[in-house]
Amino acid sequence: MFKWKTDEFSWVDFTIDVLRVLIVLGIVIGAWNTLSSGRISFAQWVNLFIAGLSQGSIYALIALGYTLVYGILLMINFAHGEVFMAGAFSTVFLAEALNRTGFLNEQPVLAILLMIAFAGLVSMSVAILLERIAYRPLRGSPRLVPLITAIGASFFLQYTFRGLYGSGFKAYPQVRALQGVIQIGDVNIPIVQIFVFCSALLLMLGLYWLVERTRVGKAMRAVSENKEVARLMGIDIDWVILFTFGVGGFLAGAAGVINGMFRPQGVNFFMGFIPGIKAFTAAVLGGIGNIPGAMLGGLFLGVIEAIGPNLVLAGLGIPGANQLKDVIAFTMLVLVLIFRPQGILGERLSEAKA
Amino acid sequence: MKRLLLVLSLLGLLGALGMPALADGHCMDELGCVEVGPDDPIVIGAMLSLSGATSFYGEDSLGGVELAILGRDGMLLGRDVIVVEEDELCSAEGGQAAAQRMAADETIVGIIGTTCSGAAQGAMPIISEAGMLMISSSNTSPRLTNDDSEAGGTYYPGYFRTAHNDLFQGAMGAQFAVEVLKAGAVATIHDGDPYTEGLAVVMANTFAGLTGEVVFQGAVSKGDTDMSAILTEVAASAPDVVYLPVFVPESEFLVSQAANTPGLEDAVMMTADGSFAAGFAQNTGQAAAGVYMTGPHVSGESYEAFLALWAEEQPGGTEAPPSGFHAHAYDATNLLMDAVEAVAEEMDDGTLVIGRQALRDAMAAVEEYDGLTGSLTCQEESPFRGDCATGTALAVFEITEAQVNEGAWPPPIVWDLSMSMAMSEG
Repeated sequence: MFKWKTDEFSWVDFTIDVLRVLIVLGIVIGAWNTLSSGRISFAQWVNLFIAGLSQGSIYALIALGYTLVYGILLMINFAHGEVFMAGAFSTVFLAEALNRTGFLNEQPVLAILLMIAFAGLVSMSVAILLERIAYRPLRGSPRLVPLITAIGASFFLQYTFRGLYGSGFKAYPQVRALQGVIQIGDVNIPIVQIFVFCSALLLMLGLYWLVERTRVGKAMRAVSENKEVARLMGIDIDWVILFTFGVGGFLAGAAGVINGMFRPQGVNFFMGFIPGIKAFTAAVLGGIGNIPGAMLGGLFLGVIEAIGPNLVLAGLGIPGANQLKDVIAFTMLVLVLIFRPQGILGERLSEAKA
Repeated sequence: MKRLLLVLSLLGLLGALGMPALADGHCMDELGCVEVGPDDPIVIGAMLSLSGATSFYGEDSLGGVELAILGRDGMLLGRDVIVVEEDELCSAEGGQAAAQRMAADETIVGIIGTTCSGAAQGAMPIISEAGMLMISSSNTSPRLTNDDSEAGGTYYPGYFRTAHNDLFQGAMGAQFAVEVLKAGAVATIHDGDPYTEGLAVVMANTFAGLTGEVVFQGAVSKGDTDMSAILTEVAASAPDVVYLPVFVPESEFLVSQAANTPGLEDAVMMTADGSFAAGFAQNTGQAAAGVYMTGPHVSGESYEAFLALWAEEQPGGTEAPPSGFHAHAYDATNLLMDAVEAVAEEMDDGTLVIGRQALRDAMAAVEEYDGLTGSLTCQEESPFRGDCATGTALAVFEITEAQVNEGAWPPPIVWDLSMSMAMSEG
């Protein structure tokens, strides 16, 4: 800070410094006003925090798909939100059938595993087809080309699924075993939120193990480091890239089911759009291309969204604070891009690729 | 002499140019006419929301339009009727673009649309300027029929609607909350859409006028799934009634998450016709039981027949109407076709000439038309200018176990304006 005292004076640095001070001041004043008014109790803050963590772990699962693909191809797969939608939307029919036969409530563990596997397979197939048909022919072209293709693919997928299942809204059935709360002191934690957080954590650990401890993970890391050298070492690059898309797709599909347990309503062909953008934000927040970064970024974004409007905006007296939830999310993105362009944990591959 | 010849020849030239216009002179209408050749079809425009998250509202209305035309065997004045569709994208920009394409097509006699009030604000200036006529089946924003621009009105000549004005619906929600629920404190939530915001404001103002207290006025944004933050704020202000006139699925998220929000266990949830969708109760689950909903009260034998026809024809591939405005679209289309029938004049060569101002006048003169949505009378006084629905065909519905568990729809009616104390007193 205050670099201009020692170095040459620069308006850019000065503006950024002023911005920093203003932001910190705004957050402190807003939070102080809210906390001193005592409108929201401690238990309610804890509830918001946990709801934010659950929402964030879903963002994180989707964000991993962005980060995996970016790490290996340096492209932003903007159709990834639609990959999430494909799994979530297709599985809602399976969930309804399981609910009708009563299997869902008799064997909830088996039923949820079955749904996750099904959604994962659907999303994985969509992601693999996407890579094979839309992206592979464009590999090696300027970076803008696959980006625009991804946006086109995103529309294509949305309206394909609208054609398949219609434009109405569906909802996941509620699983009885996940209803209810666990009471700790005067804080009630909904069981479903614990389920969401733990299952997302398990999937992320699984991914970490896959990338760091297996042969194919080693191949993925090699391809992301240098494709040409990896090819010389006898790695089938096309297959590894396809595999990476498949893994990202599976995680997105699983996120679709977990999201369906957490927020059952709102399943339709358009449901992938906003989670897709949020997860992209999370991936950039954590440092795109960086796997732990995507996880951390997702959790961070979820918590900020849950707590930010009530803590800071309401305290500053801004009307309709909760309408500005998305503004907080994207302001975070802008702030990270200004103050720490490499993300919280840093873009791990930036040196090799820059 | 030469000069005189020149002047004369110029005059002759002008006359020759003017001849076709004179020959065309059977159009006496000040806004011009639609001419339909002897073998040409009659074209109706459908400017609806046909893509994105709100597309099922548009498909709902489009089904109503198609069935109305089918109800006359697809014929009007001995000609085929065809529908030209434009997507208004549920936004002001989308409405503007769609209206420009509609206005460029001189064969269109009238337009059914738009779906969203926001899109109507973008579309109306262009449609009105082009001399055309637009009947909406689902715009409910009070602004659209208010011609006082200082009070936020955006009325343009040529605008009509068969959907009810939110001034009725919001006030009705407030009366119900005060008279039946005996509520003393209300919280309102909208989603930034002019429709939902208008409804929330009308409800809050009426409620405050009826000796109630408005303790919270907030908003979410479209596409939100996690409502815990706003619900925590709502719980902190301890309302008796939470009024959330938002669309599905946001209303579904709000209601189901409110059931798990500490402090809101005893609050009554009320929503409006943006959530009047067949899937609402089942999608929301157990939390939906006991939710009150204001919405169009459409019933009777003719409506049963309409639903049977829908199930048979399945417009857009749906077995049942996906939302609550199909009957309004059906009525709107019939009003338009009636107006065309009344106004059209057939020339000797078989050409139909339909005056645009005459069409508007015919619509404005509609009185006690017996439609699926009740008795329709198009009014001319602001703030109801162009409103054909009189607000009588509205009711309060209560979601019960039957809706949640068996998917029965529509829910039972628990109250309507005829039961209001305010009405009976004067």
